[in-house]
Amino acid sequence: MQNNSRSDDPIGKKFRELGNRAEGVIVAYLMGHDPDPKAFMANSVSLIEGGADILEVGIPFSDPVADGPVIQAAGTRALSAGATPRKIIDTVGELSSQYTTPFVILTYYNPILAMGIEQFMKNASDNGVNGVVVPDLPMEEGDRFRDTALKHNIDSILLAAPNTSEKRLAGILEKSRGFVYLVSLYGVTGPRDTLSPQALETVKKVKSLAKGVIPISAGFGISQPQHVSSLLRAGADGAIVGSALVRTVAEHLDDPREAPYYLKKTITALKQASKQPGC
Amino acid sequence: MKSLTRLGSADGAGKFGKYGGQYVPETLMEPLKTLADAYRHFSRDPSFKKELANWLEHYAGRPTPIYFAGRLTDNAGGAKIYLKREDLLHGGAHKINNTLGQALLAKKMGKRRVIAETGAGQHGVATAMACVALGLAAEIYMGSEDMERQRLNVYRMKMLGARVHPVDSGSKTLKDAINEALRDWVTNVEDTYYLLGSVVGPHPYPTMVRDFQSVIGKEARRQILKQEGKLPRSVVACVGGGSNSIGIFHGFLNDADVNLYGVEAGGHDMSRGKHAAPLVAGREGVLHGMMTYVLQNAEGQIESTESISAGLDYPAVGPEHSYLMSIGRTKYVTQTDMDALHAFNQLSQLEGIMPALEPAHAISYATKLAKTLEKEDSIIVNLSGRGDKDVDRIAKQFPQ
Repeated sequence: MQNNSRSDDPIGKKFRELGNRAEGVIVAYLMGHDPDPKAFMANSVSLIEGGADILEVGIPFSDPVADGPVIQAAGTRALSAGATPRKIIDTVGELSSQYTTPFVILTYYNPILAMGIEQFMKNASDNGVNGVVVPDLPMEEGDRFRDTALKHNIDSILLAAPNTSEKRLAGILEKSRGFVYLVSLYGVTGPRDTLSPQALETVKKVKSLAKGVIPISAGFGISQPQHVSSLLRAGADGAIVGSALVRTVAEHLDDPREAPYYLKKTITALKQASKQPGC
Repeated sequence: MKSLTRLGSADGAGKFGKYGGQYVPETLMEPLKTLADAYRHFSRDPSFKKELANWLEHYAGRPTPIYFAGRLTDNAGGAKIYLKREDLLHGGAHKINNTLGQALLAKKMGKRRVIAETGAGQHGVATAMACVALGLAAEIYMGSEDMERQRLNVYRMKMLGARVHPVDSGSKTLKDAINEALRDWVTNVEDTYYLLGSVVGPHPYPTMVRDFQSVIGKEARRQILKQEGKLPRSVVACVGGGSNSIGIFHGFLNDADVNLYGVEAGGHDMSRGKHAAPLVAGREGVLHGMMTYVLQNAEGQIESTESISAGLDYPAVGPEHSYLMSIGRTKYVTQTDMDALHAFNQLSQLEGIMPALEPAHAISYATKLAKTLEKEDSIIVNLSGRGDKDVDRIAKQFPQ
């Protein structure tokens, strides 16, 4: 398939590989260094070993306007534990030296600006980061950001929303690298019991416009295996699960050593659903 | 200065130089475009302009006078100090200029539900008033710490039929109220109008709110020319988000000989976290959808702020101020909590006018500035709000 990712791009490769065997990509999100660096490391390993295809790591920001209470609280925990962009990227470096899983960083624009875009990309690239998502950096403001990412072989992943017009979508599909992060509902991040009514429609619309040029992964509100299978059946190439995993971390703050067991269980079930989307 | 004639217009992408823009989640990009288009349309529509002018005159009480503060002037010893009396407006502050404009726009756009953030509560009150008058439902986000220190305004909002949502995240002040309002808007974007209260946020808010507030400067310029026969030497206004200051500055932007001073909250002192002065002590960054000056740490986390006035207690500032500072058209200074309290007492006791603690910062600076100028010079201070809301706080400071 014609693809606007580079042939050696680990994220694009992952989507192609799984797509060829009709399997969806599970992107698992954790807030970096939540609740502390050691527990985060153990939790990440459990997700990778449990079947996460891509690990997305959050760098906390004091004012995360796209996030609901679950991820806000995780960011607060990480910041209180002394998390900084540099330290979290270093931890990703440790993980990437042990696992071939692609790694994506999710953070807001200001922490990146504070480090300097060039420095951030270099640092990320040196530590095995393959992609970056910035929810408050829309297509129009990100030219320099995307050029710098490209120079360091990092995919700059753009977001699309249920109300994104077809005109904007065309630009997003053209400019995004790795995959397009589809916000599947009106709202902030957070686990929902049922899939939002907009989710499947949005997936179908974006998928038909993407024409196989770039994979589509749906996120926001996705917590159950049946959400994953529905999204994949509607045409998504992947599903992003965040708050449901972060909530598990939050439920085991008294004894963080228990979290990996539950995270692994959750991700295994989600991964299983991605293999049998059904017809 | 010909180059200044283009001042005050953001470009198509909503940029003032490199400041401003739209740094928001994708879900808000289309609604912002719809808003910018609607605003462009209605701001040129004679019937909209006429309707707004009518509301401003008969409901809000425009025009407001300028008042020569003779005893304050004598006490300071120097240039004549004039006050632009925005405190006399309905609701007690300049905020109503903007809320009437935007509520009218919301109505024309067919929105029924209006959300807003508030710091000191003045914007919340002005939103509640405009919404009641125009038949819209208002919900106001307010930091729980601000609710505590501006309790009177919380009662007023509720009595005016608005729902007030306490915000317990982060520093529990204006910054967090804006975060929460943005989260609400992302969720309810289809039927909700976000009525932002200052010249902050993503485009078109900084331009739109500025336009609605620029009536202050237009009137003030006309009035001072009539009264003094010449332009003032200086114009002074307090800067939190920066709407009252940009509103009065805009009347004088092209008058290169008029010095424009923005007064930020010096808080307790200028050490980290103890003030709210992003233009004086911050650096460039992105917060609440705009590129502007922001108080932040080395890693780009937003710093906590402190000011006796909830309305100035904000770590960022409208992007047009950042731009005007960068080209040297405006100057920014700070005054401390104690300076503001002192000015509150001075104005109360010398002129019988109780200023809100926000413009008390501007009064304080103006009295110092006056001493450095000639007696035939004049200064206009934007008295952006009245002090009733702060009486509790001041009574605690001065029990006698």
